[in-house]
Amino acid sequence: MVKEIERTGIPVVQMANLIPVAKTVGANRMVPTISIPYPLGDPSTSEEEQWKLRYHRVGVALDALTTDIEEQTVFNVEI
Amino acid sequence: MSKAIVYLNQFFGQIGGEDVADHEPEIRDEKVGAAMLYDQLLDADVTHTIICGDNFVGSNEEEAIERIIGFLEDKEFDIFFAGPAFQAGRYGNACGAIGKAVKEEFGVPVISSMNEENPGVDMYKKDIYIFPGGQSAAKMRDDVQKMVDFGNKILNDEKLLPAEEEGYFKRGIRHQYFLPDETPAYERAIDMLLKKINDEEFESELPIPELDTVEIADPIKDLSEITIALVTSGGIVPIDNPDRIQSASATRWGKYYIDDLDELKNRRQEAFKTIHAGYDPAAADTDPNRVVPVDAMRQYEKEGKIGKLYKYFYSTVGTGTTQGEAARMGQEIAKELQEDGVQAVILTST
Repeated sequence: MVKEIERTGIPVVQMANLIPVAKTVGANRMVPTISIPYPLGDPSTSEEEQWKLRYHRVGVALDALTTDIEEQTVFNVEI
Repeated sequence: MSKAIVYLNQFFGQIGGEDVADHEPEIRDEKVGAAMLYDQLLDADVTHTIICGDNFVGSNEEEAIERIIGFLEDKEFDIFFAGPAFQAGRYGNACGAIGKAVKEEFGVPVISSMNEENPGVDMYKKDIYIFPGGQSAAKMRDDVQKMVDFGNKILNDEKLLPAEEEGYFKRGIRHQYFLPDETPAYERAIDMLLKKINDEEFESELPIPELDTVEIADPIKDLSEITIALVTSGGIVPIDNPDRIQSASATRWGKYYIDDLDELKNRRQEAFKTIHAGYDPAAADTDPNRVVPVDAMRQYEKEGKIGKLYKYFYSTVGTGTTQGEAARMGQEIAKELQEDGVQAVILTST
């Protein structure tokens, strides 16, 4: 899906836990998530921590959309 | 008698389903589940079964490998089997990652089996022997038989033939090999050249693998002036699943109106849930924003970082979905987004 969207010229960032799979299927911009069943918020942590993590990682994804890249790139997250 | 060790995920290792997909790696000095089938068919004893949850490997790959290599350090074994993983992407990923590490660390042959649609095939076919397998566990016996037949050839020191003849996915490794009829390379090359000149079909002996990549789209200059859409393969839908998207092997997708929502309400509030059959739904059902982060996008919209969150989010299910169907759905979704002036996309996958 990611490839077909990008093919139309719309930049797309994939947020995924299995980054190696995202690379294999051809995503160009990637941001890691924390797990498969809860990509953006670990239910065993507080609401506040989950929100911080989600806000941060979505922010990294948004910045990725504005970044000029030459090759498949995984963007770094801090939380 | 030679010795073999088998790697299985939580399901085939009889621990349980998606709710225990975080199961930590363990080794047992017995044959569990599918390991019994290997033991019956193989010219070797299966001495141990390693079991690990697919999500554990997915989220902690390095740790999983380290612990499993640790289990094996004091074990004697001549061959290692992983799977079969059928069309299960995470299991394929795990079989490949663990198998590759075992092969590198201990130098034993590693054999797996996956359906050709399993992303693990492309990721790891260069590293280990992967046989083409069925879509689901109904093919367990056939798939294991293929793996074992080849394993027995290795154990019995029989002559191994190229990938096409043995039946595993080509690894792209070249061996020195003399053709049975001993036609030398220069004659074969001239034959090919003549065929090419005459516009006849010929088969190259040096196939170049095709990598289907797409051109990197230009970055957005100013997010505050554009509309951004959320797309997910995580199966988030309104609780009545109005488009009847399948829980696995999806062929349908849906779009859901969120223009009046600050966040996605959950299943209990009778709003959104996941129908994805490939992961434990508890976390997504309790808070669907964990999969489709509408709440965070609204916040960025308020702050002015982005112009607008697109009024629909798009959803389908990415487990067992063929690459062909995924490409078609991707094209359909992309076309709508393009026509409606969406200029960037965040796609979340599970």
